[in-house]
Amino acid sequence: MSWKTWSLKKSVWVFHVNTGACNNCDIEIVNLLTPKFDVERFGMKLVGSPRHADALLVTGVVTRQAAPRLKEVYRQTPKPCVVFAIGACACDKGIFHAGYHVVGPVDKIVREEDPNAIIAYVPGCPPKPEAMISGVVKALSAL
Amino acid sequence: MSSALSNLFWILIFPGFLFTVVLGLAASWIVRKVSALVQWRVGPPFAQPLYDIMKLMGKEILLPQEAQRHVFIAAPLVGLAGVLLLSTMLWRITIAETAFVGDIIVAIYLMVLPSLALILGSSASASPHAAIGTSREMKLVLGYELPLVLAFVVVIIKTAGHVEPGQQLSLAAISEHATVLSVSGMLAFLASLLCVQAKLGFVPFDIAESETEVASGVIIEYSGALLAVWKLMHAMMLVALPLFLVMVFLGGFGTAGWPLVAGIGKYVLVLVLIILIKNTNPRMRIDQAMRFFWFYCGIALAVAVILATIGNYYGISWL
Ligand code: SF4
Repeated sequence: MSWKTWSLKKSVWVFHVNTGACNNCDIEIVNLLTPKFDVERFGMKLVGSPRHADALLVTGVVTRQAAPRLKEVYRQTPKPCVVFAIGACACDKGIFHAGYHVVGPVDKIVREEDPNAIIAYVPGCPPKPEAMISGVVKALSAL
Repeated sequence: MSSALSNLFWILIFPGFLFTVVLGLAASWIVRKVSALVQWRVGPPFAQPLYDIMKLMGKEILLPQEAQRHVFIAAPLVGLAGVLLLSTMLWRITIAETAFVGDIIVAIYLMVLPSLALILGSSASASPHAAIGTSREMKLVLGYELPLVLAFVVVIIKTAGHVEPGQQLSLAAISEHATVLSVSGMLAFLASLLCVQAKLGFVPFDIAESETEVASGVIIEYSGALLAVWKLMHAMMLVALPLFLVMVFLGGFGTAGWPLVAGIGKYVLVLVLIILIKNTNPRMRIDQAMRFFWFYCGIALAVAVILATIGNYYGISWL
């Protein structure tokens, strides 16, 4: 393993993208920072700009309005980066699958931009914080 | 060793770049760990700041399309160079007792350089968020420079009462007296502690790079190695600025024995004070910050200057 991958695994900075989630998944993401889970133990932290991020936590079905923004955010993230589809909506449109405004899911939109994007799925409605941590661990060990 | 080589050694290895960076990364770990403990969290492992820098070094550097590329790339390096000079100078004065005419003024100038570099870099990055951050940073610099210089004036007046006529009034002479042990010195110390808080960009004065409002503001467009340089600069400032406060107000750093232990204790004290202020305050608005610095700090320091002058004139050392 090169030092680049090794240090990337030790310090994953995440940027949170909401593409039309019902806000429940977002609350669970913020839970990761609370004293109970404290992901800063593993060097993860939430950053305010996609340019600083190593991982995008994408929640929600991708709506028509959100799709170009998601692509733009993906372009703005320095590579290598991992995209996490958080929640049933992001993984496979969930309960909104028949919505007229839905163009998602997340992997389809990201693959349109970059066919080789690394995408990890964390299902659940909303997924538990434990599930998200386990998803991150699995994705990082696959790098 | 020729003098050029030894100067290079001073600047690049000890006590300049390498030494200060190592200390600074340790200090930024302390900042994160103590903040975590205050919030009942566990906090990051000791080498976390090093991992962060390594990771950033290995990542892609994105340049915004409309950015002024040269300025955008040069700005972090200018900032780093400024802090490097400042910390080398302060350590050198501490360790080798070097003094030169006007070192106080040079120190003040070098302390502004990182903020100027931030302003340059962010205004070159062609991002609206960075533009807001730039304007806030500029106002903040205008705000805290006045109290900082006034606090310095207090120290100079106090020290002028101690030095014999003919002796040079340099940083080394200032660091021999603990100015904080007097009413005016205490006022000046508290005001400049808050100025240092603003220089470090910590809450309550993190207005320019507030993550929730303007998405990291001034450094929003930086990525990869350039961001790593900003992080390194910040880590070195975490060493240089508290060290500066220790030298100016708390009687300086020793180089051996008990004075060295006391010096480390003073440094840690200042650092922990800064961290506690950071963790117990909400962010100010820019107008509140300016009013705070110009009005409240200004008045307190004007009183301190008057007290120090009176104390000097009548020979009352506690005033
Ligand atoms: S997965 Fe469930 S909780 Fe998450 S955004 Fe969709 S509906 Fe909301």
